[in-house]
Amino acid sequence: MHLNCVVNGEPRQVDNVWPGESLLYTLRERMGLPGSKNACEQGECGSCTVYLDEVPVCACLVPAGQAQGRRVRTVEGLAEATQLDPVQRAFLEAGAVQCGFCTPGLIITVHDLLRRNPRPTDEDIREALAGNLCRCTGYEKILDAVRLAAAESEVR
Amino acid sequence: MEFLAPTTWQDALAAKAEYPDAVPVAGGTDVMVGINSGRLRPSALLDLGRVTDLTDWGLDGGYLRLGAAVPYRRIIEELKDKAPGLGMAARTVGSPQIRNRGTIGGNLGTGSPAGDCHPPLLVCDAVIELASVRGVRRIPVTEFFLGPKRTAVAPDELIAAVLVPPADGPQQFAKVGTRNAMVIAVCSFALALTPERGWVRAAIGSAGPVPTRAYTAEQFLTEALQQDGFASRSGRGDVALPESVVRRFGELVAAAASPIDDVRGTAAYRRHALSVLAQRTLRWAWESYRGRGDRCT
Repeated sequence: MHLNCVVNGEPRQVDNVWPGESLLYTLRERMGLPGSKNACEQGECGSCTVYLDEVPVCACLVPAGQAQGRRVRTVEGLAEATQLDPVQRAFLEAGAVQCGFCTPGLIITVHDLLRRNPRPTDEDIREALAGNLCRCTGYEKILDAVRLAAAESEVR
Repeated sequence: MEFLAPTTWQDALAAKAEYPDAVPVAGGTDVMVGINSGRLRPSALLDLGRVTDLTDWGLDGGYLRLGAAVPYRRIIEELKDKAPGLGMAARTVGSPQIRNRGTIGGNLGTGSPAGDCHPPLLVCDAVIELASVRGVRRIPVTEFFLGPKRTAVAPDELIAAVLVPPADGPQQFAKVGTRNAMVIAVCSFALALTPERGWVRAAIGSAGPVPTRAYTAEQFLTEALQQDGFASRSGRGDVALPESVVRRFGELVAAAASPIDDVRGTAAYRRHALSVLAQRTLRWAWESYRGRGDRCT
């Protein structure tokens, strides 16, 4: 089947999409967007988190056909030209990245959190990030990065 | 495999009549796990995501009518006052990403013995609306679950809506798992009190082949509330429930379960935990009844 959708602001069309295929597979294997990571394929880890019509979802659990006519935004679509998004900069600055596999999903999740709640408490952060697993950092640096991103957006 | 993408409810029902083996998919949070693992290979997926009739809630007679594709996130944000037990249960589902997509109809249709929304729907006497090209029927939620992953939905039917009476007393939900997010319940429990109408509703999840009401425990507590005059308006006030009543309620809830040993816990642990959850939620619900809402949410 055909799939037409807008990905990171660009209209895309792909052919021969298998009806049971996940949006994650389509993004990574057919659209050349490997930023969203493929790990658990069951919604446990959050490393495939993308925006679907501006709502964060696990791309591995979205049948690609459901993206027909809709807007998808991946981690590749957050930076403007060479200017990283403030959440990406905060992750770099705080050292919130080790192996990096969970990072794209976390970046989208944190980006969404701060849009909805610019001054999250630590409890808010923990609940918002509960669907993103990191097996390296122990989360402390990630929490630091979220607080940093929130503080910097307040200054701006 | 085919991908059927109707845009109207009539077309969705016609598609289900034509392809009774088609698996309905809304949020995808259960169906896609099966497809990704290779365990599920239906002849067709029936996408309900474009059928706008299913994605909203409103009032219908004396009921709150939730379209089957209303996601958990909206239940939490928009219905936590009108259906507090359901709102609490929805908040324990999966993670934010899962709650953005997963739907109440999907929770019912999957028919897992551990479905988080099931106990709160049982305690509020919810009604499930099923539809097919043959017509519409409404069944009490107590008649919906037939066995693990087996429900009363006929092959040509789709779940249209869940009808929930608005809460008229304190409701509670509690669940045991290894962490607060991303857990399938080891066991769960829901409670609804309407002391002025003299009744109690209690339901158990994830401790038997289907979610179930704890009728003996309900009856015991109802009688205890009536006998001791707790239920009358004048009898309320400062009265705490006797510990003996709370403890006995917990025992009867535990006795109503029919749990098994599995990877998530033993039958003995589940019974013990249910007794604790029953006592705890009863204390919370009673406090909010006395204080009119302190612990309601």
